[in-house]
Amino acid sequence: MNVSRKFLIGVPYVWLLILFLIPFLIVFKIALSDYAVSIPPYAPTLDLANGWQGILDLLSGLDFENFAFLLDDDLYWKAYLSSVQIAATATLLTLLVGFPIAYGMVNAPDEWRPSLMMLVILPFWTSFLIRVYAWIGILSNEGLLNSFLLWLGVISEPLIILNTNIAVYIGIVYTYLPFMILPIYASLEKLDASLLEAAQDLGCTRIGAFWAVTVHLAKPGIIAGCFLVFIPALGEVVIPSLLGGSRTLMIGKVLWEEFFSNRDWTVASAVAIILLLILVIPIVLFQRNEQKQREAGQ
Amino acid sequence: MTINPAFAPWLDPQAKPIIDFQSVTKNYGDFTAIDNIDLKIYPREFFALLGPSGCGKTTLMRMLAGFETATKGTILIDGQDMADVPAHKRAVNMMFQSYALFPHLSVADNIAFGLKRSDMPKSEIGGRVDEMLRLVQLGKFAKRKPHQLSGGQRQRVALARALAKGPKLLLLDEPLGALDKKLRHETQFELMDIQEKTGTTFVIVTHDQEEAMTVASRIAVMDHGRLAQVDTPDRVYEVPNSVYVADFIGDVNIIRGAVGSVDSDIADLKWSEGAAPIRALAGPDLKPGARAAFAVRPEKVGISQSEPTDMHNRVQGRVEDIAYLGNMSMYFVRLADGTLVKAQVANVRRISRRGITWDDQVWLSWTDTAGIILPD
Ligand SMILES: Nc1ncnc2c1ncn2[C@@H]1O[C@H](COP(=O)(O)OP(=O)(O)OP(=O)(O)O)[C@@H](O)[C@H]1O
Ligand SMILES: [Mg+2]
Repeated sequence: MNVSRKFLIGVPYVWLLILFLIPFLIVFKIALSDYAVSIPPYAPTLDLANGWQGILDLLSGLDFENFAFLLDDDLYWKAYLSSVQIAATATLLTLLVGFPIAYGMVNAPDEWRPSLMMLVILPFWTSFLIRVYAWIGILSNEGLLNSFLLWLGVISEPLIILNTNIAVYIGIVYTYLPFMILPIYASLEKLDASLLEAAQDLGCTRIGAFWAVTVHLAKPGIIAGCFLVFIPALGEVVIPSLLGGSRTLMIGKVLWEEFFSNRDWTVASAVAIILLLILVIPIVLFQRNEQKQREAGQ
Repeated sequence: MTINPAFAPWLDPQAKPIIDFQSVTKNYGDFTAIDNIDLKIYPREFFALLGPSGCGKTTLMRMLAGFETATKGTILIDGQDMADVPAHKRAVNMMFQSYALFPHLSVADNIAFGLKRSDMPKSEIGGRVDEMLRLVQLGKFAKRKPHQLSGGQRQRVALARALAKGPKLLLLDEPLGALDKKLRHETQFELMDIQEKTGTTFVIVTHDQEEAMTVASRIAVMDHGRLAQVDTPDRVYEVPNSVYVADFIGDVNIIRGAVGSVDSDIADLKWSEGAAPIRALAGPDLKPGARAAFAVRPEKVGISQSEPTDMHNRVQGRVEDIAYLGNMSMYFVRLADGTLVKAQVANVRRISRRGITWDDQVWLSWTDTAGIILPD
């Protein structure tokens, strides 16, 4: 292997080392430290002035107390569990909304497709924070939705949606919908109408053909879309903070509070490390799905 | 087809057709793809559809498979009106011109697709798939996905998939176009064999006239959504009913003129001032004085250096070009009035011994029944 090739392969590794591994090690080190009323709010800190002795002092001061604490207090594992449950439900809802949209886009007349694609991507042009705030305006008791329904006479009392889990689901589905639509759209684009005819010719009903051909062809896209929604939704902070209620328990929110309200960086870091470990499982599965698709040729 | 000469159900008024198009028209918007077709196809036929691109062959097949409904008219399969029968309920399988292989399934799973949805017991499916794979010589490729195959291999998978269920009516839309000559001949033979064994009725679209001639019991020549002629291969070749069919099938010389006298089956064509009229078989609907064209195949035109006195039809011309085609030679002869006539001669002698060469004055001649006079 020549030098320039080594260099090229080296670039992403150096990138990962600097931007992922080193920060991760720093966070991990903080998670192993103890809370202290100081700046920064943990001890021990690395004192390179003492040379080797400083490093040894540091290492002897580290322990797994914070992780033990996470196990003791049932707030944390409940928050993890509830995050997984909320993220999984929201992913399923996003799929139920996203698949018909992707399917409709693929079947739309050719000249419409670029505009439809544009509409899907358009929300990214405004700040995510502003869009979530906008939902407060829509979902609150005096919000657009309730006023509209009251005006229609469908309801007599405003629906309480804001500050419930329903609002969180709506927020996640809304925010991550494009990540579901785009991979499904890409896999459905290969679908040729003659494939459905061939399936019917070979004995499938219309619905049977839809299942055996359309859904199966879209499977890699569906899997990719689900991971792309589930992974960020699991650690979501902004949506549960702004749209969720006091009873909406999500680990991202807990982490935020530990960090900024309690100023307990050590526990917050431990929470982040565990979240990362939980996410490793779906990320590895996602990678494997992508790999399989690449091997399949397209 | 060289089988049993008695197989001619279309001549038997008692025979029940398996396919019956009754005044069928198919419009796409204001475009007429199929124009008022009447056609009966009989069980165990090997029926070939021939015609230029866009003449409606695929449309005709798609109406049989159940993917298009007729705008006007009735389509019967086995005596049953197909208007309300959906594709999956028809005992018909179609091989698509575009193959339509399922990209997410392996070759074997593509072939098994229809079997899994039939009443065939699970235990027998594997064996049937293997049988089909052997038939199309793709045993080694069973586990591959369609995109890992060559064009010809894909075509064979599509063929195997259509054959697998053993339907009583098979529609093949250009099934062998992408195969090399040897494989094509083998597969043609296999198809005829399958047909012999299972009694399946085949409707096949092909652009290969030789293929139609070899395999078909009857040929339909289509022209802009209409049936120009439906007949046995030899009759389509020897007695075409129009200049269009004569010109479409095989190589032909056309000489235009006006009808002279018409006997019961022999007619005269006045084609050039001062030349004797051409005498040939009379085509349909000839009226004395009307415009007509004489059509004769190059292999039925004789060529000689001296005037043949025993034949009525003889004309003189000059050899303009000679094409050597190995087993035969084609002579291009320019007549006095400018018409170019091709004469094809089998090369029974070595080239050096041939008597006729470029710029020679020669005589062309043919018998009274060699060609046919058709309304123009
Ligand atoms: N869905 C459709 N909408 C409009 N026109 C159509 C449609 N399908 C076919 N046609 C037209 O109908 C005519 C017949 O098409 P068809 O596919 O039957 O041709 P074909 O004889 O099979 O030709 P080829 O030999 O090229 O396959 C063509 O002119 C085609 O453009
Ligand atoms: Mg076609």
